[in-house]
Amino acid sequence: MKRSIVCRCEDISEEDVIQAIEEGYTDIEELRKKLRIGMGPCQGRVCIQLVARILERKTGKKISEIHLPTVRPPLVPVSLGTLASENDEK
Amino acid sequence: MKSKADVVIIGGGVNGCSLAYRLAKKGLDVVVVEKKYLSSGATGACGAGIRQQWSTRENTQLAIQSVKIFEQLSSELGQDIEFRQGGYLIAVHDEKEMKQSEKNVAMQRSLGLKVDILKPEEITGVVPILDVKGMRAIGATFCPTDGHANPFRTTFAYADAARKHGAEINTHTTVIDVKTAKKAIHAVVTDQGTIQTNVVVNVAGIDSKTIAEMVKVKLPLTPFRKEILATERLQPLFEAMVISFKDGIYFSQQKEGQIVGGIPIPEEKGGYKTMPTLAFLSHMAQTLTRYAPVLKHVNVLRHWTGFYDMTPDARPILGEVKGVKGFIQCSGFSGHGFMISPMVSFLLTELIAEQKTSEVLESLSLERFKGKNIEKELSVVG
Repeated sequence: MKRSIVCRCEDISEEDVIQAIEEGYTDIEELRKKLRIGMGPCQGRVCIQLVARILERKTGKKISEIHLPTVRPPLVPVSLGTLASENDEK
Repeated sequence: MKSKADVVIIGGGVNGCSLAYRLAKKGLDVVVVEKKYLSSGATGACGAGIRQQWSTRENTQLAIQSVKIFEQLSSELGQDIEFRQGGYLIAVHDEKEMKQSEKNVAMQRSLGLKVDILKPEEITGVVPILDVKGMRAIGATFCPTDGHANPFRTTFAYADAARKHGAEINTHTTVIDVKTAKKAIHAVVTDQGTIQTNVVVNVAGIDSKTIAEMVKVKLPLTPFRKEILATERLQPLFEAMVISFKDGIYFSQQKEGQIVGGIPIPEEKGGYKTMPTLAFLSHMAQTLTRYAPVLKHVNVLRHWTGFYDMTPDARPILGEVKGVKGFIQCSGFSGHGFMISPMVSFLLTELIAEQKTSEVLESLSLERFKGKNIEKELSVVG
């Protein structure tokens, strides 16, 4: 069976996204929470634009009207050890 | 959008959606109005924990009964909400805390809950990655039937089930006004139209205060920014949620493998700030690696903020407000709205559909703040 991967971190395909949209998850934040797209190590760099395009195609909502999910820090993965070593506590 | 309903629920978080499901199942005509998307508030930002170990009797009772509902909720709703019972391990750091813990455990056991007091050497038997010296623990309490579930999936499953029973759920719809006539609820005005109704449930999280002001009711709610982080996925390392009231830390490993946890920043004050802070990341990383040094190699993927809607006694405000007929409160969860949502929606459904009240509802009414002797919930974390 053909499967076009949209989110590599969480192994979500175009078909998965379309199915969720058809179930009524038409908000990109809801899709994110339902499918975990954008929650992996890439934090949405690979998948979110693709999902926005699928959403545009399926709902007719213009891509400029689709609000992208909030960008959450850190922008790249950082180890707990590195974060703990920045000791600015008195 | 419908122009008439038996009940209008303001807020599409886990409590709003579970209430919509239970009321619609009873045959009531229910409309949910949500400003953003489902689970966009405290539900979507929460730490996912489900705990029964509380210091007040009401919270313990609500939580025990909620766990019984959570245990069969996936099959009831027909969707996996990822409920897992790995227990909650609460670190105890000194004699004073141990005295309070013993008191709590005695009360919890009297309600039929299985809770153990662990010796320091028994702690790693439950969570092997912990460093008992590093966490400065003299013991712990452990309840094996505590656990966690996926808050988004739970909310979505409730919403789907509610729709199947005829409820209408409107997202991206903002309430502009709540109208009363002769001291009773009359209508809800939104930016998408007006709905005539005699019952409004105010389940809007930190915005509940604004909604209540529309009918001149003052809610003693203060928003507190809370921050949480999630790591990359790991193989299963431990099953229990680890928490400490003294350090404020809580963390668990979720079904997908990521570790999710939070801690308050010591100098944090109430208010509507939403920006995540480096102070949190640093403080959380230091405390977490003190508790579990092995985690220093694990990457943090993201960090976000959410709000606790704190009440003066850290317990929710539930039930009808005196003086405004049909205005039902369901807010002030103070950081534990997700875990008690099954029982909260059950009790409010009894109240709305059958006009049946209960001792717990009475004790959590807005009226209690007029009394002098309010018992504060002490077991608040994060």
